[in-house]
Amino acid sequence: MEFTEDQISRYSRHILLPEVGGKGQKKIAKAKILLVGAGGLGSPAALYLAAAGVGTIGLIDSDVVDLTNLQRQILHHTSDVGRPKVLSGKEKIQGLNPDVQVSMYEERLTAGNALKIISEYDVVIDGVDNFTAKFLINDACFFAGKPLVHGGILRFDGRVTTIVPKQSACYRCVFKTPPPAGLVASCQEAGVIGVLAGIIGTIQATEALKLVLGIGQPLTNRFLDFDARKTQFREIKIKRNPDCALCGAHPTITELFDDGDPFAGCAVRP
Amino acid sequence: MQVKINGKPEEISGGTVLDLLQAKKIEPQMVAVEVNDTVLDKNLLATTSLNEGDRVEFLFYMGGGR
Ligand SMILES: [Zn+2]
Repeated sequence: MEFTEDQISRYSRHILLPEVGGKGQKKIAKAKILLVGAGGLGSPAALYLAAAGVGTIGLIDSDVVDLTNLQRQILHHTSDVGRPKVLSGKEKIQGLNPDVQVSMYEERLTAGNALKIISEYDVVIDGVDNFTAKFLINDACFFAGKPLVHGGILRFDGRVTTIVPKQSACYRCVFKTPPPAGLVASCQEAGVIGVLAGIIGTIQATEALKLVLGIGQPLTNRFLDFDARKTQFREIKIKRNPDCALCGAHPTITELFDDGDPFAGCAVRP
Repeated sequence: MQVKINGKPEEISGGTVLDLLQAKKIEPQMVAVEVNDTVLDKNLLATTSLNEGDRVEFLFYMGGGR
């Protein structure tokens, strides 16, 4: 694969970087990255990954654009209200960079379809808003052996961590199961400061690009927590749990399932 | 004695991790607890005593993304 003159111009600021160069840019051009959720976190990730020249971006989302999304989901415009998010997303991605192939999945990720979809990608980005889906993505990436960049946002707080299956701590190593549904507030009740999606989603995109390029140190075995009130990042060390039901020495989870209530909501913090 | 809770030094009177959760009115089901970088099994919250200098992390679920 050779770049055209326009592509060399478009990606020149990448190609100038010794850690990327023409070789790295070709890795990016061949990369396939799946965004689960084309919403708050998925929006900035999609736009930056498109700008970076990622070869294939997969978008999975069953929703249509709602007016309440526009405060933070910058992939979608006012004129998109009522349209499928995957379609709106594909248009924005290809408007920014026609080099990018976009695969649309207008459905929810489920225990039934997750492995088939995820196995076609190199890196997965979690941009979903409920715990059932977050645990499902964690489990599916483990079984498919695909690196996952997990993200979460809530009110003024955000969190990112990268999970390399069988090598670094997984989400279940820390949180064994979703929180009890009765104690969880819904995203609509909880609220979120819109820019937080941009901060966390762009860190997720950074992690995905680093994984594709094989450079730097991934955000594995640590949570990076961000507090927008204080504009403060904190790193919390985590490690693989030998008793983890998924990736531990004696796993009890051996196939995908929907853990918890997918409609239970997204948020908990006393 | 002094322990670090989510990075901040705090003076506590001792006791178990569960005592600390209760003092802070944190529902144990809503949090993963790390003591000195190791996640504590929920069954052990009531029997694990804290020691001077322990680093405790209360990791809350953060589920949003849309
Ligand atoms: Zn694990």
